[in-house]
Amino acid sequence: MNEQQHGDHPASNESMQVSLFVTCLADLFRPAVAFASIKLLEQANCEVTVPPSQTCCGQPAYNSGDYEATVPLARKVIEILEPADYVVVPSGSCAGMICQHYPRLLEGEWRDRALQLASKTFELTTFLTQIAKIQPLSEQSTELPTITYHDACAGLRELNIKEQPRQLLQELCGVAVKELDQSDVCCGFGGTFCAKMPEISGKMVGDKLDNALATGAKILTGGDLGCLLNLAGRAQRQGEDLEIRHIAELLCGDLDTPPIGQSGQR
Amino acid sequence: MEQRSNTFLDNASEALKNTGQAKRRDSMARLTPLLRSAAIEDAGDFESLRQQMKQVRQHSLDNLAHYLTQFEQEAVHNGNRMHFARDAEELNSIVLDICQQHDARRVVKGKSMVTEETGLNSFLQRAGLDVMETDLGEYIIQQAVETPSHIVTPALHKSAEEVRELFKDKHDLGPRALEDTTDMVAEARQVLREHFLKAEVGIIGANALIAENGYSMLVTNEGNGDLCANLPKTLIVCTTIDRILPRAEDATAMLRLLARSATGQSQTAYTSFYSGPSRDGDVDGPQETHIVLLDNARSEMLTGDYREMLECIRCGACLNHCPIFASVGGHAYGWVYPGPMGSVLTPLLTSLEQSNALPNACTSCGRCAEVCPADIPLPDLLRDLRHEETLEKLSPSRWRLGLKLHAWVSQQPWLYRALTATIIPLLHLMGRRRGSFTRLPFASGWTNERNFPAPQKKTFMQLYKAGMKKPNE
Ligand code: SF4
Repeated sequence: MNEQQHGDHPASNESMQVSLFVTCLADLFRPAVAFASIKLLEQANCEVTVPPSQTCCGQPAYNSGDYEATVPLARKVIEILEPADYVVVPSGSCAGMICQHYPRLLEGEWRDRALQLASKTFELTTFLTQIAKIQPLSEQSTELPTITYHDACAGLRELNIKEQPRQLLQELCGVAVKELDQSDVCCGFGGTFCAKMPEISGKMVGDKLDNALATGAKILTGGDLGCLLNLAGRAQRQGEDLEIRHIAELLCGDLDTPPIGQSGQR
Repeated sequence: MEQRSNTFLDNASEALKNTGQAKRRDSMARLTPLLRSAAIEDAGDFESLRQQMKQVRQHSLDNLAHYLTQFEQEAVHNGNRMHFARDAEELNSIVLDICQQHDARRVVKGKSMVTEETGLNSFLQRAGLDVMETDLGEYIIQQAVETPSHIVTPALHKSAEEVRELFKDKHDLGPRALEDTTDMVAEARQVLREHFLKAEVGIIGANALIAENGYSMLVTNEGNGDLCANLPKTLIVCTTIDRILPRAEDATAMLRLLARSATGQSQTAYTSFYSGPSRDGDVDGPQETHIVLLDNARSEMLTGDYREMLECIRCGACLNHCPIFASVGGHAYGWVYPGPMGSVLTPLLTSLEQSNALPNACTSCGRCAEVCPADIPLPDLLRDLRHEETLEKLSPSRWRLGLKLHAWVSQQPWLYRALTATIIPLLHLMGRRRGSFTRLPFASGWTNERNFPAPQKKTFMQLYKAGMKKPNE
């Protein structure tokens, strides 16, 4: 066995030092995602810290074209995260922001630092399948009902996240994803887009939800809270009987937390 | 063409209400990506083909002056007359002059987005000329007095039923019922034949100009381009300076991707190269040929931040893959070029002030850039245009200030924590019973279309600091 292959199995006693970038949406709307992420990372033999002064990666201002307001925030995020060995983010779009857009936005020394950070920053499911490979727990965890998966655009196209969550659902939970039609089409969230162009966004999220419902799955999951809040909000508006949960919650068997947008008091 | 880009939201709203058209757009949006991906798979390694294409396009633009000079020399050598037009008006008057020199009264046209951009048809019509579009889609919308809704398939918004009604209204059909689309195509062909035979001037566009031999290249599916080019005595090719390619083999490289990206065909039915006027011994062909090259802000783009947009080969794939284009259709964009490419081009060719809604009609989903055969980073260019919009303070001030404030607060962790630790538990309490809000005063854009999910009890940072391992503890 050569060095490389050996390195692929961090089941040895050396654990990896990981900083969790919680993301603002998980921090504010869905702590369950962050707790689940920590649990999964620990299960993959990582030592997790949560840098306390983190807030938001800056996507709202950046995507709206306010680069001037984003630059100082991006620098701040770099300062907070760069001491880490690895940075893990439970969101494709926030990981994409750090990996792809910080280097595009910043210049000079800051660009170099952004590239450095990008090289050790990973979206959660990618990290768990490619860097710290998670092993299933010996005891069978919660049995999951049928699941369909929404491929969030930023994760899909900026970070090639496609197989990773499916593989994890298969390996950790023993479920195969029921694929939804038009899975590579946007759900209409788009950050501030959904509030700036609500009618168009409404049409798009309506279509996405129809496709999800057509799979007959009980749970719709995905890796990006922005999309999931959008979808959950629409599902609630239409009164659909569909549970929407983040992939991290499912992977660690958390079905106790009420689904996104539901009270659990039904 | 009158521009209505800044009423994009209203235009879109209208379009969404037209359920018949919306349905057809939905089915097209399902179909065209399938056709494209099957055709692209067939072509071999898409990524290396498009990188090759990109290199060629970049090289051509890097040396644009050189290749334009070469093209001009070769084209003149082939017997063409060359004209350069700085803007739309110049192009229109050059074309009118040529028509008038020949006492022409009837003009037939092949499909050309460039002349849509300059508003050539109405200009010539005002001067008393009879202008007939001969591409079936263009013909249909000309009869209906509408504008193209797609750069490749201009009458995409029309149903067969609407076309039948239109022909019934405009043509002398007699007893013919035009039962199916074949009948309708035959009908249009019949009518157009007459026009081809009578016209004194033919006008076509070009997909590429080849510097090394002075040829212009045109792809069509109906062969109408060839009829426009060969039947009338005078031919005018109208296109823009950025269409230039160095060599014939570069045009071949482009052909490998163009039709596949556009319609999912491996090749269009006709690919024509026009050299110049007919020579002694030729059985047909025009006696006089002109090439009019339009700049219209292209040379500005060449030295500006959006230069990559000049690499566009007008395949329309970005339109076919854009979920926003699929939702609202081409007319909502309010000018000549719709979809992602149009949302970049329109502000550059008109003004950002008149069209700043368009760069916002994007979720940065990246599906357009993924399929673009010229590898143009459309979402990045659109974001850069939003950056300009911000700098020029064209967006609503409550948005601009709100986002600035958010970015600033996000840099003050203590303040951010204090604020969120107050607001989130409050929101939780208010929304706890239903789990989501049907209305929220500061988020009406959101709540018009969907509920606003209520947060969990406290922020993660609050819970984590208190040493909790799960949000419910
Ligand atoms: S931007 Fe790209 S995909 Fe869109 S029309 Fe131009 S070449 Fe085709």
